Amino acid sequence: MTDPNPPYLYPPYQSTPLRAPSRPLVMPEYGPDAIELSGPVFGQAELGLLDNDLTKQHAGEPLGERIIVTGRVLGSGGRPVPGALVEIWQTNAAGRYVHLRDQHPAPLDPNFTGAGRCLTDAEGRYRFVTIKPGAYPWRNHHNAWRPAHIHFSVFGTAFTQRLITQMYFPGDPLFAHDPIFQSIPDEKARERLVSRFDLATTVPEWALGYEWDIVLGATPMEA
Amino acid sequence: MTLTGIRPRALFQCRTKEGAVVTTPSQTVGPFFGYALPYADGPYVVPEWHPDAIRLRGRVLDGAGEPLPDALVEIWQADADGDVSRGGGELRRAGNDFSGFGRCGTDAGGNYWFSTVKPGGPAPHIAVLIFARGLLKPVATRVYFPGEPGNATDPVLFAVPAERRDTLVAVREGERSYRFDVHLRGERETVFFERCFAD
Repeated sequence: MTDPNPPYLYPPYQSTPLRAPSRPLVMPEYGPDAIELSGPVFGQAELGLLDNDLTKQHAGEPLGERIIVTGRVLGSGGRPVPGALVEIWQTNAAGRYVHLRDQHPAPLDPNFTGAGRCLTDAEGRYRFVTIKPGAYPWRNHHNAWRPAHIHFSVFGTAFTQRLITQMYFPGDPLFAHDPIFQSIPDEKARERLVSRFDLATTVPEWALGYEWDIVLGATPMEA
Repeated sequence: MTLTGIRPRALFQCRTKEGAVVTTPSQTVGPFFGYALPYADGPYVVPEWHPDAIRLRGRVLDGAGEPLPDALVEIWQADADGDVSRGGGELRRAGNDFSGFGRCGTDAGGNYWFSTVKPGGPAPHIAVLIFARGLLKPVATRVYFPGEPGNATDPVLFAVPAERRDTLVAVREGERSYRFDVHLRGERETVFFERCFAD
């Protein structure tokens, strides 16, 4: 029995000591109609057609290794969650975010923003076309580098299931040195964040495929 | 909402059963979500000209009392009649539709704001999630409103230690304006709720 989530306080990640709550969390006495047991519903009309193809958001093609990232959003019982909003953001191939506060001296790519959205289909599947993000330094400690990752934001059917996390790539040598990845105490839970190279998803002469399923937490109703 | 008749377990656990599918763990939102997650209509749960519109605003502060310039605040709530939106329109508002969902990144001073309505019900409240660099998982809380007789009998508020309940109650700033500051840590630490449940 293990809690898959990291603790709030994890001193090797130096931003946690001032921001981690110090008092015990309160177990909420949610009744059956508690607001947290529902969640926002998003529609296809709210998304742009190219929102799930990060390589087609500018006039030219971005530099880097073109990849397909796909998988299913599942409820805790393993049932697919259709219509779930999945939002992603990431660095370009050189390890640089478009964000103004990113001062890493790696080049920006005029053809890559690195943000996307999609809704899961009837089988709970999402699919993005993007380029493989790069590793980047982040000054948390001496010679600190983040393993390449894609940020994922997911809405389930209940606000209690709302999840923001990061997807990693298999075999990254930086895993052992990354306090954010290592903040998850259980090895099996950490492995949940590592995508799998998938030849079946890979498109010949075009793009490598990675598969990554997202399992949302149980709601009190399922517990 | 059609969840009536089902009772949740009295005690929830934040653990996964042996052999069960492991839930995908949380990771921090990091400092660089600003170009991806916030969107133009995010703070407008209703337009400001809506007859029932209120302003809900506040700051997100760390354990040293310093504002967080890089937090993301999300709210989810019922409308003024206590009904929950099931219709979509959360990302792109149309007219005076009520969406129920709001998202606002904090500014350099740690400030967030929403244009919304006071939800219906005996103890009106708004669910809040906060994500930030340095938060490996979000904090979950609720905004209650001052002077509501129903607050005294609200089961969620009642389960909160009495001396900390006021951290969940917004401060009235004007006829249609409320302030709700979130202290992540320290003397005035806001009450945060457990939010994962075993299957």
